[in-house]
Amino acid sequence: MIETEQLSRRYGSLTAVDALTIRAEPGQVLGLLGPNGAGKSTAIRMIAGFLAPTSGTARVCGHDVRRQPLQAKRALGYLPEGAPSYGEMTVREFLVFIIRMRGLKADVGYRRFDEVVGQLQLEDVLDQTIDTLSKGLRRRVGLSQAIVHNPPVLILDEPTDGLDPNQKHAVRQLIDAMARDRTILISTHLLEEVHALCNRVVIIAHGRLLADATPAELEARSRYHGAVSFSAPGSAIAQEMLGRLPQAAAIEVDPLDGRITVFPKPGERILEPVETLLRQQGLEVSEIQLERGRLDEVFRQITSGPAPSRGAEGRA
Amino acid sequence: MSPIAAVMRRELRSLFVTPVAYVFLVIFLVLAGLLTFYAGDFYERGQADLQPFFEWHPWLYLILVPAVSMRMWAEESKGGTQELLLSLPLRLSEAMLGKFLAAWLFVGIALLLTFPIWITVNYLGSPDNGVILAGYLGSWLMAGSFLAIGACLSALTQSQVVAFILTAVVCVLLLLVGQPAVLDFVQDALPRRFVNAVAHFSMLRHFEAIERGVLDVRDLLYFFFSIIAWLLAGVLVLDLKRTR
Repeated sequence: MIETEQLSRRYGSLTAVDALTIRAEPGQVLGLLGPNGAGKSTAIRMIAGFLAPTSGTARVCGHDVRRQPLQAKRALGYLPEGAPSYGEMTVREFLVFIIRMRGLKADVGYRRFDEVVGQLQLEDVLDQTIDTLSKGLRRRVGLSQAIVHNPPVLILDEPTDGLDPNQKHAVRQLIDAMARDRTILISTHLLEEVHALCNRVVIIAHGRLLADATPAELEARSRYHGAVSFSAPGSAIAQEMLGRLPQAAAIEVDPLDGRITVFPKPGERILEPVETLLRQQGLEVSEIQLERGRLDEVFRQITSGPAPSRGAEGRA
Repeated sequence: MSPIAAVMRRELRSLFVTPVAYVFLVIFLVLAGLLTFYAGDFYERGQADLQPFFEWHPWLYLILVPAVSMRMWAEESKGGTQELLLSLPLRLSEAMLGKFLAAWLFVGIALLLTFPIWITVNYLGSPDNGVILAGYLGSWLMAGSFLAIGACLSALTQSQVVAFILTAVVCVLLLLVGQPAVLDFVQDALPRRFVNAVAHFSMLRHFEAIERGVLDVRDLLYFFFSIIAWLLAGVLVLDLKRTR
């Protein structure tokens, strides 16, 4: 379990994280989302115990990072941003170092070593120095380091950054498999990742919490939620007719491919009326799609507001 | 394995994987030999002791020790591995101690590798090996103090060059502060008691005392506390960087 309570961090007059209160339970994959510079990494560094909070605190499995930093760190697996590791070491040496630092007993250590090496497919590069590895492999080494002691809480700062689609898929499957009995916090700016992994999302910008919801709830906030889109020839007539539908709020035509999107009025369902109308008009439609909502649009809408003035003034 | 030992092993390994260790060893051994025989008049003195060998150590360390200590924290901070290291379950003091002990052990190895000169002097005459042992101990303690200074100053910056220069400057000040030339210079300007007090901080003074074979507890304590104090200061610096 991860909890933060009014967690704040200031650098001089700049407030990087502003009274952030979030909570992640076992079995949950919480996505921390925000534009670059929103304070994601600063927040994560405080939970991981690398930075001290200016005020407020965080707890990892009930251990306060200020009062019981060692217990909190023991319960935690952490992949820092950019997956740093000691470049002059081989993968084997690096993992053995982490196992020693984590204080694993020899038999447990050997077993876990084999397990994570298998899980992250590092068998072929065990005796290569980390400096010579590709970005994707280095990321996997970083992940292996974070999970080697089987921690109940995992914090991963941009875990799939720099991976190719296949590797991304593999890492996501791994995270998914580990999520069952663990608390996982990932920071990301990839919205596809939210769909693929997270069952809850926290959006921050300028260090402040702006949204805390499930991905579906966020999608429901989208203008596109429940909208219907289709491509059809003779779109001019269709547009005319659709505009008269009592449930339709607006119609947009994509200038590139002529695809028509019909937005519903709040609380209205629009798929059936649109289909009925198209059939009545005898318009041939190859496919028709009901939109779930677009996270990127919601993300922009939530985070593109102006910087909060009290933060900019350097609130004491 | 305790976290201190794990950090120490890793640090030692990384010294020997990168060229730092070999460059240090070669330069230290070559210079120590050359200075002893040519500049130190090892033969001409006609005495069976290692004083001309030890008296160059402070000046050798001045150049070489900062080269070992500069990377201690500056490299970690620059490469981002500090974030990894400090999110592992260990105290700042344990990380500091592990790194320091690795470097100190390494300099100890370098010192041990000067054994041919000890064999030479024993072959040529019959020196007081107790005094020689004291010389080695003093030299190692002084290297430890330099390393502790370097560890602290390396924590201050991300730049290894800055760490090197800062360490060398602080070390040279601590060496020179007790020299008669320096003391004479400031004697008129400062109160006598202050000058005497400052002279006690001179590393050279304490080193020379030990090197002569006089194992005074005060000299040993001086180095001991100087190491502890600089390491604590380094831990403080690291902690301040967390909270700053």
